[in-house]
Amino acid sequence: MFEALREALIEEMKLDPTVCVMGEDVGHYGGSYKVTKGLAEMFGDLRVLDTPIAENSFTGMGIGAAMKGLRPVVEGMNMGFLLLAYNQISNNCGMLHYTSGGQFKIPIVIRGPGGVGRQLGAEHSQRLESYFQSIPGLQMVACSTPYNAKGLMKAAIRSENPVVLFEHVLLYNMKEKIPDEEYICCLEEAEMVRPGEHVTILTYSRMRYHVMQAAKTLVNKGYDPEVIDIRSLKPFDLHTIGNSIKKTHRVLIVEECMRTGGIGASLRSAIIDNFWDYLDAPIMCLSSQDVPTPYAATLEDATVVQPAQIVAAVEQICQ
Amino acid sequence: MAALWLARASSQMARRAARRHPSLRRPSRHGGAPASPWLLGPAAQPPVLGSPPLPAAERAFRRGFCSVRSFAGESSAAAASDEEEPEKGFAGGDQQALDFPGGKVSLVAEMNFLPESHGERISCYRVLDDDGRTISGSRFQEVSKEVALKMYSEMVTLQIMDNIFYEAQRQGRISFYLTSNGEEAINIASAAALSADDIVLPQYREPGVLLWRGFTLQEFANQCFGNNMDYGKGRQMPIHYGSNRLNYFTVSSPIATQLPQAVGAAYSLKMDKKDACAITYFGDGGTSEGDFHAALNFAAVMEAPVIFFCRNNGWAISTPTTEQFRSDGVVVRGQAYGIRGIRVDGNDALAVYSAVHAAREMAITEGRPILVEALTYRVGHHSTSDDSTKYRPVDEIEHWRTARDPISRYRKWVQGNDWWSDSEESELRNRVRKELLQAIQVAERMPKPPVSELFTDVYDQIPSNLQEQEQLLRDTIMKHPADYPTDVPV
Repeated sequence: MFEALREALIEEMKLDPTVCVMGEDVGHYGGSYKVTKGLAEMFGDLRVLDTPIAENSFTGMGIGAAMKGLRPVVEGMNMGFLLLAYNQISNNCGMLHYTSGGQFKIPIVIRGPGGVGRQLGAEHSQRLESYFQSIPGLQMVACSTPYNAKGLMKAAIRSENPVVLFEHVLLYNMKEKIPDEEYICCLEEAEMVRPGEHVTILTYSRMRYHVMQAAKTLVNKGYDPEVIDIRSLKPFDLHTIGNSIKKTHRVLIVEECMRTGGIGASLRSAIIDNFWDYLDAPIMCLSSQDVPTPYAATLEDATVVQPAQIVAAVEQICQ
Repeated sequence: MAALWLARASSQMARRAARRHPSLRRPSRHGGAPASPWLLGPAAQPPVLGSPPLPAAERAFRRGFCSVRSFAGESSAAAASDEEEPEKGFAGGDQQALDFPGGKVSLVAEMNFLPESHGERISCYRVLDDDGRTISGSRFQEVSKEVALKMYSEMVTLQIMDNIFYEAQRQGRISFYLTSNGEEAINIASAAALSADDIVLPQYREPGVLLWRGFTLQEFANQCFGNNMDYGKGRQMPIHYGSNRLNYFTVSSPIATQLPQAVGAAYSLKMDKKDACAITYFGDGGTSEGDFHAALNFAAVMEAPVIFFCRNNGWAISTPTTEQFRSDGVVVRGQAYGIRGIRVDGNDALAVYSAVHAAREMAITEGRPILVEALTYRVGHHSTSDDSTKYRPVDEIEHWRTARDPISRYRKWVQGNDWWSDSEESELRNRVRKELLQAIQVAERMPKPPVSELFTDVYDQIPSNLQEQEQLLRDTIMKHPADYPTDVPV
């Protein structure tokens, strides 16, 4: 996936000279996850900018550059570090287009790896989509495959709005064949992963893979789950989601956010508001525990949703 | 790379230690410095402060401290050793200098701590004395009569604007206001020294810069009243002006957030190779924010053409500078980041003009940030929500309002040149006052922005969830019209 993201960056930087990249170690080091490898040699030090360690400041810098007409792609080495940039993201990035009366736009892309990895410790296992989802003015998307990673990155760069692109630490080495021709994924669209009839499973990012693993077991047990990777975390693609619910009448949300205040909580609320009449069973939501992610591998596994839980939940919903 | 260096370093140090033993010392074969296994190129000269940046090709080799070249002492950050002659470097100087990441440093056997201050405060650049006469021997940037008079009339306009809007708030006609009393010279003179292409990122006490660039009294009034002609579409508090046409970024309330943004704007100008710089204003209080530190550091590392203009007016609401920092003001901090700085009398219009003029030129031609600290005094309260007599003596405020007033001081200079008269003074003041009162009346009567503007510009296209919310709001207003203001178009 990191190569897909890189391809997207290279293509967009070739097409549009105002696209630039900034972040820690993105230049000659090539980025902590190799997403920007080779870019500094191709486009120069100015367009691929190594920044000192000050997330609030380089995010602010990206915002200032965007207001002036550039299209920066700001990398947080780990999404969790962008909590330091929250002030700039919330008070300026999300707001300035509005408060300036539309005079200044901020076509910035803020991206980085987040999510629970392999024993990276609590501070490196944050799920920032929960914290950012309230900020008006921001758009949020989460990629999960090399195909949608490239498509979403390109779309995010071309968008006039500030977009936060959530990547996942454990998915960078995912491999997939992707088309040679140019393509873009729509930022606001969800992805149908596996059509089905019995239950709608809504998920995103790494949990998609846990869901698909559970799906195999479920199919063996005779269930036919419909799996949708919601991709767009803000706003939700209620069109695709709604059509699915109207078909299956049962919903299971599987997310990596914590139970309290996560994407699942908001999604559940949005579904109830819009599709209450179509539900035959209460919406189930499987989320991570409301704890800081522990280091020990066994404990860490227990904090996130595992395929077995997904199977059990589907069985319960479909009773 | 690091492992290689360590290996070489330890063998190098062993050889040096051996060489130090007098019996082992051999005369050097050539007259000059023995070739060090370190140096890949000619002997390094520590760069003099302010020399132009290294050409890009050379710089490419110097990234990160793992590159051996940068160990040879050629780093633009190594400007420290100005007393030591470069030639002494390695020739028998093993005991006097050593390479570390960042460059060569000379060694000293005495333990000395750098003092916390220079002892004497950094002196302040001034051109006009208190009676508006140019100090003999002073050097400053000349201004034409036209520019000088425009500066004067805009300073007066700003003062009148502040007074009348402040009164309007007190009368309940606008909700909030904050004045720039006492800082008119900073506002107007700095603006006059800039070009229209320079990008301004204000804090909030710099409406004079916008005034200089052509924002009309009506446009100011529209923003303060939040009517449908406000460029901000009624979304921000009064004094949060913004104009992309005039390159003045919309004011955002949080302190110092504009500083890293200014670096970004300057970076953009640098990429476009524009003959323009970014300038950002902030107060003494703003320098305590983390964004100040990081923005200055970034600007220095990135060699961004940005002017950091600090209005050190002595007060951050009720916090005096003695409680804000313990350094000698703000100018001394520039050096900590490798940034050139100047301290200037902020109530001296000609000094401010000259300093910004020079700063701009350096920023653009040399591609470097400049720090300007303008000493001044916040004559007014912090804002209409503040009563500063609660925390500072009234006679102190009065002293600065009268004896140290920048406008009267500058007027004396302008009148001294026979460029201005008392009759022109009263004519100007009457005209501005009348125009402003008229603008306020017009702004007050104009309708407010419609409800539809509540949901636009959150994104570039209004998304479905906001359309839904808007529809819900309209339906609610239709059903309960008595609960909603009648003068807001739906």
